[in-house]
Amino acid sequence: MNSIVADNLTKKFGSFTSVDSVSFSVKQGEIFGFLGANGAGKSTTIKMLCGLLEPTSGDAAVGGYSIKKEADKVKTVIGYMSQRFSLYNDLTVGENINFFGGVYGLYGNSLKERREWILDIANLRGKENTLTGSLPGGVKQRLALGTAVIHRPEIVFLDEPTSGVDPVSRRSFWELIHSLSEEGTTVFVTTHYLEEAEFCSNIILIDAGRLIAEGNSKFLKSNYITNKIFEIRSPGLIELLDSAKKLPFVEDVSIFGNSIHLMVTSEIEEADDLKNRLESITGIKLTGIEVIPPSLEDVFIHLLEGKK
Amino acid sequence: MRTILEIIKKEFAQFKRDPKMFGVILVAPVMQLIFLGFAATLDVKVIKTYILDNDHSDRSAELVREFSSSQYFRIDGYVSDYDELTKVMDGGNALIAFVIPSGFEKDIESGKTAELQAIINGSDGNTSSIASGYAASIISSYSNKIMLNKLELRGVKQLPAGRITADTRVWYNPMLLSRYFMVPGIVGLLLTVITLILTSLAIVKEKEIGTLEQIIVTPIKPYQIIAGKLIPFVIMGFISVVIVITAMRVIFGIEVRGSLIFLFISAFFYIFTTLGLGLLISTITKNQQQAMMVAMFGVMMPMVFLSGFNFQVENMPEAFRYISDFISLKYFLNIIRGVILKGSGFTDHIHDFIMIIVLGTLILAISILRFNKRLE
Ligand SMILES: Nc1ncnc2c1ncn2[C@@H]1O[C@H](COP(=O)(O)OP(=O)(O)OP(=O)(O)O)[C@@H](O)[C@H]1O
Ligand SMILES: [Mg+2]
Repeated sequence: MNSIVADNLTKKFGSFTSVDSVSFSVKQGEIFGFLGANGAGKSTTIKMLCGLLEPTSGDAAVGGYSIKKEADKVKTVIGYMSQRFSLYNDLTVGENINFFGGVYGLYGNSLKERREWILDIANLRGKENTLTGSLPGGVKQRLALGTAVIHRPEIVFLDEPTSGVDPVSRRSFWELIHSLSEEGTTVFVTTHYLEEAEFCSNIILIDAGRLIAEGNSKFLKSNYITNKIFEIRSPGLIELLDSAKKLPFVEDVSIFGNSIHLMVTSEIEEADDLKNRLESITGIKLTGIEVIPPSLEDVFIHLLEGKK
Repeated sequence: MRTILEIIKKEFAQFKRDPKMFGVILVAPVMQLIFLGFAATLDVKVIKTYILDNDHSDRSAELVREFSSSQYFRIDGYVSDYDELTKVMDGGNALIAFVIPSGFEKDIESGKTAELQAIINGSDGNTSSIASGYAASIISSYSNKIMLNKLELRGVKQLPAGRITADTRVWYNPMLLSRYFMVPGIVGLLLTVITLILTSLAIVKEKEIGTLEQIIVTPIKPYQIIAGKLIPFVIMGFISVVIVITAMRVIFGIEVRGSLIFLFISAFFYIFTTLGLGLLISTITKNQQQAMMVAMFGVMMPMVFLSGFNFQVENMPEAFRYISDFISLKYFLNIIRGVILKGSGFTDHIHDFIMIIVLGTLILAISILRFNKRLE
């Protein structure tokens, strides 16, 4: 069963097209990753799906309701955590929870139960009276997530929930996302961190408002990358990078820490072959070379570079 | 209803933590009252005065001394004929000029009514009406003095009974202070500041920090958001009106002569306009700074200017007078001044009251429609 079906969703701001005929579907209970560079149109898409922005054309069904015709009903089945922290910094933790609970029509025992749950997941038990603005980033994000699902929505939209959060907090945030998904909540999440995309059951990638790839991580790696990728080490890494870019048998190349990843055209199969060619053409000594399985990052770099 | 209450509760929890808000609502009104109230008298303390003395007598010199020794008139010069006088007046160098005709002393000594001409620059209606009031009171006390002197010269020590004295009276403002005109106006001004500027800021702030989005994705209805955001400012507005009216009494000794209830009902309908405008500003601006600028310079200042807060509407250019017919503050000021100073009530202000309701309902309705549209 599909929770979200987007059908040629388009948003224009004046003459600028922010989201360009994007179609996809999200299954119930899955963690759906929505990836793209800055300004690719992720937030704009989410806002349309949440009924915050009206699509210029196209439509989407969210929880079975049209975002164009039944925006009111859509609001009853979704939770939304925006890219910017949007709880009240000048309210206490408890006041924020009570306010949003109240706005969703929760009160009495059901509110109390949800409040306890949020305090638990955000590790804020006993800190109800702390001003929200004074909490550390990771805690704030968990509080925001808890508040976004206070009414147990079928679908929750998370717009870059882990940006600017330390790795440990990010890890525990993803555990939360998983437990939500296990309870049957559909999670639609955007992120910049590609390693996080590996946690998603399905992924779409958009660039400049256009959908350029979709599928699960395994599919993306096998479907979009047919040629070999080599990881190369060398003392002259930067020079190697610069010269390799111009070579006819190199598809794309990018730096990964103290190595470079180099994707070749189909004519090259063997590491030794590549090593010889590179060393003889550039005169730079290679200290290590091996074939590696592509990461999502390799896939995206390939897809985004390939477009240029 | 419950949802609206939640928002109101939240709004007050935020006020509680915002010392600025308390300043604006509790302290600023009193400060403003004191500042504007005292400033209002300052600007008419010095009245630039010219004299055209065609009599050159002891009496005429004595009269001029009466003026110059009062704390209000400053004799800036003498002119010798009407042509010169016209130049001085046209150049804006004199607010008032006294023309003492020849034969002034003779008339006084012979017991006839002596005449004196006062020419007033009426371009600032407020100040000139005050100046003419001062002039009238100085002249009448001078003539009393002459009369007493004369009686004494005749050996009469006591005032004969049944003597008729000229009693100049300026209505509604018996002490001839423009403060009386200004201070009640401040009540209107403050209510405007709180309900117009603060509402627009409060809504734009939520837009700016993103919490408005977070509220809009909930199943809450736009009217609930609007009511929840506006009602706290209505309450705050009324609190500060009460503070100002109390302060007005304590500091300036001005009491409300008419019906407070009528004043509050009018205020209630008046803030339809200001809340509406505040809401409207929040839909056309992106951040608090912009909202502040638009609210202050785009709305407040023209509104205050056109309402006759500090200039009398009658003295404005014709075009402005027509525009001022659409300014609810004008009608509200009429009511405030009427109720506070004259003790007038509903029957005296039916027109003002109807205009306030009509304009307020119209503006608020338009703003709500626009705000709703924006949310969708
Ligand atoms: N209200 C708007 N008016 C005009 N242009 C807009 C508006 N909102 C977004 N855009 C433009 O649309 C494009 C997509 O923006 P969007 O916020 O959806 O990107 P994003 O993928 O969420 O990026 P980021 O990772 O930076 O959050 C950007 O170029 C942005 O400048
Ligand atoms: Mg974004």
